[in-house]
Amino acid sequence: MTTPTQMKTPLSTALSAAALELRDLHYTYPDGTAALCGINLAIAPGEKVALVGPNGAGKSTLLLHLNGVLRPSRGMVAVGGMVVAERTLAGIRARVGMVFQDPDDQLFSPTVFDDVAFGPIHMGFDAAEVARRVAAALEQVDMRGFERRMPHHMSVGQRKRVAIATVLSMQPEILALDEPSAGLDPRARRGLVGLLQQLPQAMIVSTHDMRLVRDVFPRMVVLAQGRIAADGRSADLLTDTALLEEYGLEAP
Amino acid sequence: MTLSTDALDRFVDRSSPIHALDARVKFLLTIGFVLALAFMPFGEWAAMAIMAALLWGIVAWSQVGLLTIIKRAFVALPFALVAVSLLFSRPGEPLFSLALGPLTLTATTAGLVAFISVVLKSWLSVQAALTLVATTHFIDLIQALRALRLPAVLVALLAFAYRYLFVLIEEAQRMLRARAVRSAVLPGQRSGGGIGWRAAVVGQMVGTLFLRSYERSERIYVAMLSRGYTGEFRTIVRRSLTAGEEGILAIGLALLASITFLAVMF
Amino acid sequence: MMSAFLEQIAVGLHIPDGFLSVPVSIAWWVLTIASVAIAVRRTSGALHERQIPLMGVMAAFIFAAQMLNFPVLGGTSGHLLGGALAALLLGPWAGILVMTVVLALQALLFQDGGLLAMGANIFNMGVATALVGYGMGMPLLRVFGGRPWGLALVGFVVAWASVMAAAVLTSIQLVLSGVPAAIVFPLMLFVHTFIGIGEGLITLAALSFVITTRPDIVSSLAAVVGPEGLQRRVGGGTIGTVTLVGMAFAIGAALISPFASGDPDGLERVAEDQGFLERAQDAPFNILPDYTIPGIDGGLSTILAGVIGLLIVFALIYGISQMLRARAEAAER
Repeated sequence: MTTPTQMKTPLSTALSAAALELRDLHYTYPDGTAALCGINLAIAPGEKVALVGPNGAGKSTLLLHLNGVLRPSRGMVAVGGMVVAERTLAGIRARVGMVFQDPDDQLFSPTVFDDVAFGPIHMGFDAAEVARRVAAALEQVDMRGFERRMPHHMSVGQRKRVAIATVLSMQPEILALDEPSAGLDPRARRGLVGLLQQLPQAMIVSTHDMRLVRDVFPRMVVLAQGRIAADGRSADLLTDTALLEEYGLEAP
Repeated sequence: MTLSTDALDRFVDRSSPIHALDARVKFLLTIGFVLALAFMPFGEWAAMAIMAALLWGIVAWSQVGLLTIIKRAFVALPFALVAVSLLFSRPGEPLFSLALGPLTLTATTAGLVAFISVVLKSWLSVQAALTLVATTHFIDLIQALRALRLPAVLVALLAFAYRYLFVLIEEAQRMLRARAVRSAVLPGQRSGGGIGWRAAVVGQMVGTLFLRSYERSERIYVAMLSRGYTGEFRTIVRRSLTAGEEGILAIGLALLASITFLAVMF
Repeated sequence: MMSAFLEQIAVGLHIPDGFLSVPVSIAWWVLTIASVAIAVRRTSGALHERQIPLMGVMAAFIFAAQMLNFPVLGGTSGHLLGGALAALLLGPWAGILVMTVVLALQALLFQDGGLLAMGANIFNMGVATALVGYGMGMPLLRVFGGRPWGLALVGFVVAWASVMAAAVLTSIQLVLSGVPAAIVFPLMLFVHTFIGIGEGLITLAALSFVITTRPDIVSSLAAVVGPEGLQRRVGGGTIGTVTLVGMAFAIGAALISPFASGDPDGLERVAEDQGFLERAQDAPFNILPDYTIPGIDGGLSTILAGVIGLLIVFALIYGISQMLRARAEAAER
């Protein structure tokens, strides 16, 4: 099996200006299961990329590498030219906004304000700046006026929006979202599509929702068994019936 | 156990001077009220009436339904059964006797006074606590406790527990429902499964809920790490009490203390 | 409505305000604050940042788990207090903190238990149950954990004992506050002898489920249970047998208890010659009011009987487990 941490990586080649770059990324779980086997991927600033593939393909594992929650067994991850490592973690986490699938995991504070303020408070801003950022983030997801509400008393769609606001308040350069449209009713889904189209950040979003891919993401990466099976324009890949068939995907 | 705060949630967003009062002041005054009642000797009806009038006046002023508060306050009533024993515990003028086999229980007037006093104290204390909760957002209450020097760890735990209480109660209710829809009983047949089996089913439900909760706490931890959590729990520092708020607190506590003092002395 | 009412009486451990005297309330607040302070220190040292979301969610879990119940007899139901379970799954200190948060929420949010009485309630149902659960449970599991019925028996006994400990403490506090001991002790102990059975059954089944499904997250427990316990889940049959034995034991204890007190017509005597209760109320600042000093009679003898009985049971169990362990170790050599 691969050696656990940080094998010598080919850092000799200069890091590009990409917002996000994965080079030869390998990851093996402690129980020996190989989850990622040699991922190479670069995302330009502002680029929106969908990550698709069957369950167990390694999508969530990949996302968890972007802000250093998981560390590569081999290879490297760089965010805006900064390699993910122990001493860069704090900086990396401010630049990559990670939103998890279940908003009940993402929203762990008793009120919306506390939750959206959590990131900025930990980044060390004073109370006035925290309040300003919370207001701006809630404005972006159209959830002003919900500051004092408890996540439990809101709809799934509202919770998803607030979940996105919790990382927008940190003003990240990249958004990494896991299954953002899961469990949404049609209206909430349309609202999410509009929101994702509007946000200026680079995005890497794992999803099973091919209509979401068509509507929001110009580029699409198909992951299968820990490898990149296809990487290209969504418009092309979504019409490639043989490819969709092979990886168990549905045409939108 | 009462598991819904809905009856009180209705009131918490109303606006009244009581709602607007700082949670720290309200919390301390509530504790003061309960403490004053606890010090009150048995049979001080006048003082008890003043306490009740004080509380009910505040409830009415706060636009919280007095009837709701009074009714909800009966939650502690079953415990009053324990207090029934007080009837028979005092020497004095006999009221009536109960013969229980070889035993004879004699209730006395002094016992009756003790019994009624304890039940009244308990009933009014619960009403005070209910009024606090009906006029204060729970999260403000938690933050008030922090300001009153409760350790940050406990405050964080309270906040987490409050956030996930309802999430997990819903999971538990879904499990109970799933069990209920499969608990069919055929007409004319006893429902099957002994106590051991039923307990095993509930034990497995508890175990499942534990594992789900454990896994959820792991996902939450990752979500916290992703937003810069480093193990230290930071919150925005709260402002200190204004002179006006301190005045209200001082006057309230002094009033409660003097009622108790007069009741004990005279 | 009626069954909910019965249940309240049956559980009967969340003391509302109004029942405890001020000195008793304050005394137990002091004990509780000291215990919780130790628990905070212990958990913050050893288990760091990972623990905060874990313990917070676990408090919500215990709260929710208390709703899961099963019908027993005549409209009553068995359900969980959870202190012993929390301590065995998470360790004693985390268990204490989790239960503290559960009880504080119940008092603050649902008026289940009073504010002034919260110190006593946390101590009885949080601190004592966790300490009994862990303090008795781990030594016993080290001895019996490897046997096929070990986990079932230990889980049951320890959870039952934790409820009894809470009931004894509650009774002591009520008696110190002036409620007649001759009524409180028999009533509380009798009722909780049976309540404890429900606690025991759910605890053992839950432990067995967790330990067979995810031994990795309860590693210290898994280590003492041994490989056989990890593979075989305790079934309904074993639980049924434990129930029968437990029931027989409980009924036996309940039948014997009036004789153990040595004062069969205690109720009458309490009614007649306890003028001391009046005086106790006059001196609200005495933590141990006058009446506990003059003679070992009436109320005090019952308290002592209860406490000594419980201590003897604990000591017996502990002694036997130590003996067996020593024998087992000698045999290995």
